[in-house]
Amino acid sequence: MRAQRRNRLFMVIFILIGIGIATALTLNAFRQNILFFFTPTQVVAGEAPSGHPFRIGGLVAVDSVERAAGSLKVHFDVTDTVNSVSVTYEGILPDLFKEGQGIVTKGILDGKGVFVASEVLAKHDENYMPPEAEHALRAAQTLQNNSDK
Amino acid sequence: MWTWAHKFGSPGYFYALAGKVNPWLTALYIALFATGLYLGLVVAPTDYQQGDSYRIIFVHVPSAWMSMFVYVVMAVFAAIGLIWRLKLTAVLAKASAPLGASFTFLALATGSIWGKPMWGTWWVWDARLTSELILLFLYLGFMALQAAMPDRQTAWRAGAILLLVGVVNIPIIHFSVDWWYTLHQPATITKLGAPSIHPSMLVPLLIMAVAFKVFYLSLLLSRARAEILHRERRTRWVQELARSGQL
Repeated sequence: MRAQRRNRLFMVIFILIGIGIATALTLNAFRQNILFFFTPTQVVAGEAPSGHPFRIGGLVAVDSVERAAGSLKVHFDVTDTVNSVSVTYEGILPDLFKEGQGIVTKGILDGKGVFVASEVLAKHDENYMPPEAEHALRAAQTLQNNSDK
Repeated sequence: MWTWAHKFGSPGYFYALAGKVNPWLTALYIALFATGLYLGLVVAPTDYQQGDSYRIIFVHVPSAWMSMFVYVVMAVFAAIGLIWRLKLTAVLAKASAPLGASFTFLALATGSIWGKPMWGTWWVWDARLTSELILLFLYLGFMALQAAMPDRQTAWRAGAILLLVGVVNIPIIHFSVDWWYTLHQPATITKLGAPSIHPSMLVPLLIMAVAFKVFYLSLLLSRARAEILHRERRTRWVQELARSGQL
């Protein structure tokens, strides 16, 4: 009876370890496919597929947003602070879209290295705080930056 | 320890104990839900980025935590049931499954409702959302397996192995936002260092998390009691309860 119980314990441990290893290997093999988006640096390095739609994730570069008058056309750069890719999009942007905001955009690279987007999604961060706290935080950061200079 | 486990594991004892505890749990979760929702929806300030929309966090995050917690609980019951053959484990796992599936559905539905105004989409196939959807299918698969096999013993053994196999999905859900680029943002509460949520929002969130736990425990006990009565309906103690009008 006791030996039987020990065998069953080993069986349970064996299942857990076996499945764990199998899953780890599978996920590792599909690593590239599970990524939801490419970074601008990967795109600049030519790692993104050409001629196929894919997604870029990054921040909307500050002072890069240009809206065309009389239409929903918009042009902006998406950056990971090292490299950036210029994006054109026509359509409704999410409410959180603004300069400095994280976004994920889906589209295709044209011949001239401009990313023609068909979808723009906002990616917000994991921080939650009241507006006053955010103002205080930003003021403190500015103070810090000024004193660094 | 073993006498305790056997006493607690006996269906009659568990039935009586659960019946005594449950009214207190019910009162507790009603109080916790009332406090948590009041603090979260009325007292807590708006978010600097998301305004009032972020308040769905007080339902979304506790349900998502519960969806994983209930699964781990069921997997532990599965391991105990497979190794030590305690009768009660099958009852508790079977009673948990629809609750876990409901929490998972709630997490997916509230996430979707939150995603539309904030991200701009109801659904994307990123690693976090996809692995959570797989969790829902694991729950449904376990329930279908229990219903499909006429022999209860065989059904439970097959279901227990499914539960153990599926437990590998739990760390994937939790770490998906760190291992891969996803649209879903990384963890707020469980990251290294302090949680990056203001205390005025963190407190109601934690109260809601406890409320969900107690709510689950209370429903689990009710469902397990009903399942025990059904399984033991031919035993003397159940028939005596019925005859004396205590059911």
